[in-house]
Amino acid sequence: MSIEIRNVTKRFGSFLALDDVSLQIPDGSLTAVLGPSGSGKSTLLRIVAGLEQPDAGEILLSGEEATAVSPQRRDVGFVFQHYAAFKHMTVRDNVAFALTIRKRPKQEIRDRVEELLELVQLQGFADRYPSRLSGGQRQRMALARALAAKPRVLLLDEPFGALDARVRAELRDWLRRLHEEVHVTTVFVTHDQEEAMEIADRVAVFDHGRLEQVGAPAELYDTPASEFVLRFVGDAVRLGSALVRPHEIVLRRWPSDGAVEVEIERIAVLGADARVELSDGDGDRLSARLRRDEFEDLDLTRGEIVWATASASHRDAKAQQTLR
Amino acid sequence: MGVISTFLTVIVVLPIAALVWESKRDGTHAFWQTISSPEAVGALKLTFGAALIVALTNGVLGTITAWVLVRDEFRGRSLVNAVIDLPFALPTIVAGLTLLAMYGPNSPAGIDVAFTRTAIVLALCFVTLPFVIRTVQPVLIELDMEMEEAACSLGAGRLAVFRRIVLPNLLPGILSGVVLALARALGEIGSVVLVAGSTTHTEVASVFVYNVIQDGLAAEASAVAIVLLAAAFALLLTVGALRFFVTRHERA
Repeated sequence: MSIEIRNVTKRFGSFLALDDVSLQIPDGSLTAVLGPSGSGKSTLLRIVAGLEQPDAGEILLSGEEATAVSPQRRDVGFVFQHYAAFKHMTVRDNVAFALTIRKRPKQEIRDRVEELLELVQLQGFADRYPSRLSGGQRQRMALARALAAKPRVLLLDEPFGALDARVRAELRDWLRRLHEEVHVTTVFVTHDQEEAMEIADRVAVFDHGRLEQVGAPAELYDTPASEFVLRFVGDAVRLGSALVRPHEIVLRRWPSDGAVEVEIERIAVLGADARVELSDGDGDRLSARLRRDEFEDLDLTRGEIVWATASASHRDAKAQQTLR
Repeated sequence: MGVISTFLTVIVVLPIAALVWESKRDGTHAFWQTISSPEAVGALKLTFGAALIVALTNGVLGTITAWVLVRDEFRGRSLVNAVIDLPFALPTIVAGLTLLAMYGPNSPAGIDVAFTRTAIVLALCFVTLPFVIRTVQPVLIELDMEMEEAACSLGAGRLAVFRRIVLPNLLPGILSGVVLALARALGEIGSVVLVAGSTTHTEVASVFVYNVIQDGLAAEASAVAIVLLAAAFALLLTVGALRFFVTRHERA
């Protein structure tokens, strides 16, 4: 099911959570909504789910106006950051909830729950209560619960935010594979740019309630539409008057047109790459990332003076202009 | 440990033992005879009946009140919240006087229920009002609202959300409150004796005990007291068992 968000505005008191946001999410896509905390991304997700009403604008689901449709009838599966597990029910009853409410036959519910528990690898846990599950297991249970009634849209609000790094990496992979299997239109909110870039086909970047840019991960990285996107998606350093990526910096032993004179402060070899910390004449620090072979050819040592330029040839000229 | 057990023995165990001994002094047969006298049976029946009505009323109204106090924003909420504790703070005899002023022979609203069974229920409701509210309120504040939102988006309507999500989580709190209210209602004397007096059909157990003691019938008094004591014990056990049952998911 496609989702269309049209000119949505939402205020909480005097705080403007969403400012005239329009966004289209194609059927079957896996979209990340990325932004710092307070950027309005969770509010947007809650509005799509019907848990929050916009002050202005509309939501279309499959091309049909759905702004006034209650959350019960939106056919949406929602996964919360803190799982929202029904703690007084067993895993089985949690997963079965949507089907129990719909008064499906017992046998059908039993079969569907089995199938879902297998999908989220919780087969042996059906009779446990959520308090006896780990965070990762609880979140997988919440996912199974959200998928039970075969929703047409799956919405995940910082789904891995409360988990530790290892489990988070595991669940990322797993969500990606799940999407390939189930193919339900999926939108997930995150503040972690790496997570967004890794999992999603499309990323929508938010800041202060505004949609800054939407596109494929590579597009955001290579042609950011604003300084905010450049800084937020991947690393950025200031070289002279321009903002560049650390790996775009080229170091030479001689001056050239537009090159900035810098002193080498520290060198760290990180496997295939090397990070070189530099400081320019004004004492501003920046770090460059060189390929290992490049780095060894230069034979740099601490305290040396070199000249830095940026090789941002692949970034389009218009974006460069707005950045300068 | 030694200090605590001595303290508990002097304060609780010895007086109870003395009471049991007092009631048995004339033998088990005499005990049953006293207990089955029409006056004693009437008083006990009335007491348990009224306490049950009051506890159940509290269970429903107290839960709703707690809900409104926690979930609804309205002007004067903190004032209402403070007033809830008034029956705790008020001496029960004063509570009885206030009720008599409002619903007695000189009622400004023209409602005179003094010396009726309705008055008993009214007085008991007044003094037990805070129990359920105060046990449900903290549970409701702690209740994860995302559970309710999750249930909504899974297709549950308001009623289903309440019945399947909210109520099961509030149940331990409601039960505790109801049992506390019940225990208090069984033993209440101050407020009841003023509004209901001790006519034959409004004499509750505690008033009965008081009256027979006045008449110098210590054995009769302690026999009825023993029944109240047994009821209190049974209540404690019941609430323990119920709590164990409704919170099984926390231990599983």
